[in-house]
Amino acid sequence: MKTARNRLRKTPIGLVIVLVFFVLGFIGPWIAPYDPLAIDLSHEYASPSWTHWLGTGDNGIDILSALLHGARLAAIVGLVVVGVSVVIGTLLGTWAGYAGHMTDHAVTGVADLVQAFPAIVLNIAVLALVARPGLIHLIVALAVNGWVLYARLARAETLSLREREFVEAARALGVPPHAVLWRHVIPNLLGPLVIQATTGLGVVILAESTLSFLGLGPGKAVSWGALLDQGTSVLLRFPHVALFSGGAIALTVLGFNLMGDWLRDRLDPRLR
Amino acid sequence: MVRLMSPGLLRYLAGRLLRALLTVVGLVTIVFLLVRLIPGDPVEAILGDQAGPEEKAELRRALDLDRPVGAQYLSFLGDMADGSMGTSFRQPDRSVWSMMRDVLPHTIALAITGLLVAWFVAIPLGTIAAARAGRGWDKVASTMAVAGLAIPNIWLGPLLILAFGVKLRWLPLPGDDLAGPEALILPALTIGTALAAVLTRQTRAAMIEVLSQQYITAARARGVSPIALLLRHALRNALLPVITIGAAQLGALLSGTVVTEKIFERQGLGTLFLDAFFARDIPVVQGCVLIIAVIYVGVNLVVDLTYGVIDPRVRLS
Repeated sequence: MKTARNRLRKTPIGLVIVLVFFVLGFIGPWIAPYDPLAIDLSHEYASPSWTHWLGTGDNGIDILSALLHGARLAAIVGLVVVGVSVVIGTLLGTWAGYAGHMTDHAVTGVADLVQAFPAIVLNIAVLALVARPGLIHLIVALAVNGWVLYARLARAETLSLREREFVEAARALGVPPHAVLWRHVIPNLLGPLVIQATTGLGVVILAESTLSFLGLGPGKAVSWGALLDQGTSVLLRFPHVALFSGGAIALTVLGFNLMGDWLRDRLDPRLR
Repeated sequence: MVRLMSPGLLRYLAGRLLRALLTVVGLVTIVFLLVRLIPGDPVEAILGDQAGPEEKAELRRALDLDRPVGAQYLSFLGDMADGSMGTSFRQPDRSVWSMMRDVLPHTIALAITGLLVAWFVAIPLGTIAAARAGRGWDKVASTMAVAGLAIPNIWLGPLLILAFGVKLRWLPLPGDDLAGPEALILPALTIGTALAAVLTRQTRAAMIEVLSQQYITAARARGVSPIALLLRHALRNALLPVITIGAAQLGALLSGTVVTEKIFERQGLGTLFLDAFFARDIPVVQGCVLIIAVIYVGVNLVVDLTYGVIDPRVRLS
């Protein structure tokens, strides 16, 4: 009984959810039964049925198809924002941790300032400066505070790695700083960064949904958050729109959180 | 009094105040630079592509954008310092501050109610979980904490409306006219649930640590009843970090009002911010960003200072 439960706990449910999400995000637009922007006014806000598995929404769009297209947007925004944030954050963080002194003060100071804003307020402030916020602006807005987490992590790890013998040895041998960082420090950061990035993907996808929900998403693209916004405005009469679109967001975010925990258990030897 | 104002404490207070002040000046500067450095012309963003050159030039003058950046920065600082925070584009006769002052009480009430909800849920739940660590109630509490953290507030709000407004009809729906204080309950739950989940874990961890200490064993040996032991001896000492961590989140709750006020169609800073965003009313956007950031920094400062006064270990480290 106990082993069965232990095995269940070790089953990576998060990994399954995340894989399904990425597969659907990738092939979703091809397997979607309808065009998510196809207007069918005679079937507006229809309940789930055999023709529309998850029902229809505003203007009679098929919700399943809209969710499948929305998965692609969420996946693209998540991957690009986290990718950019990890690269910028790692470079700045290792540099600050390794160089110390003024460099460290400058990077930490900017990171503190960015974190003195609540994330969503900063995102909205950045988007407010563009005439028609599109995908690229959304990505920039989310990366503006996304890098901080990775910079802090990379800096903290670099500070401890810098004192380790193999790094000292490399330095004593006259290896130039950028080579020390690239060959000896950054490879040792990858584990913690991967764990952080997994959870970070969930955070970014939620942030994208939230901004789209508030009406700040990229123009015409079908987004889970925008669908949830439509669903909320007809919540009292047609609750299925909000239930399905919000459920997709919640399940995906939960999946990334669970997968982050699972990875932490597996990759971080200190927790074993 | 003499002990309270020791040189070490004074130095700590002064240093902390200076840091907060620098942060606020830094924030003001970033907000100023954001508008001017980010590619794209705010004038075009406000007027759209169709506007003629004269119209644009006029707006540019009104916005002060035709002057050198240094001069702009000084007059911007002046607007911030005299408390008006500039004037709205949409209503040129109103200062940004007067617009925010009208809606701020609604938002602060919502954020504080959210904090109260979080404390009222988390402290009992975390205490029960710690007292029954590893057993049924503990598992119920941790499952609730995981769920509370995982559920996005943009979904939780609609779910709560469906459950308590539509199905059970216990609480008013968004936009109901006769909404009294009970109209605050669902928005406060929406905004406070994630914090409640975090604080439940904190309470549980703090209680388990306190319960393992010797004075608790001693009290138990003296025959103190389990309930008194838990509430009078343990909870008292475990509570301080939970209260302060909660209070430190007030700024974060304030930013959560942007989403919550939209879902529940409430007036407040969040809706003012969003409306200003869609109208490209940049002075109001700037004002809202700044007031939220200043409250955020201010709350952290107050929490840190209180902690420094209460717990001498903080200012020594």
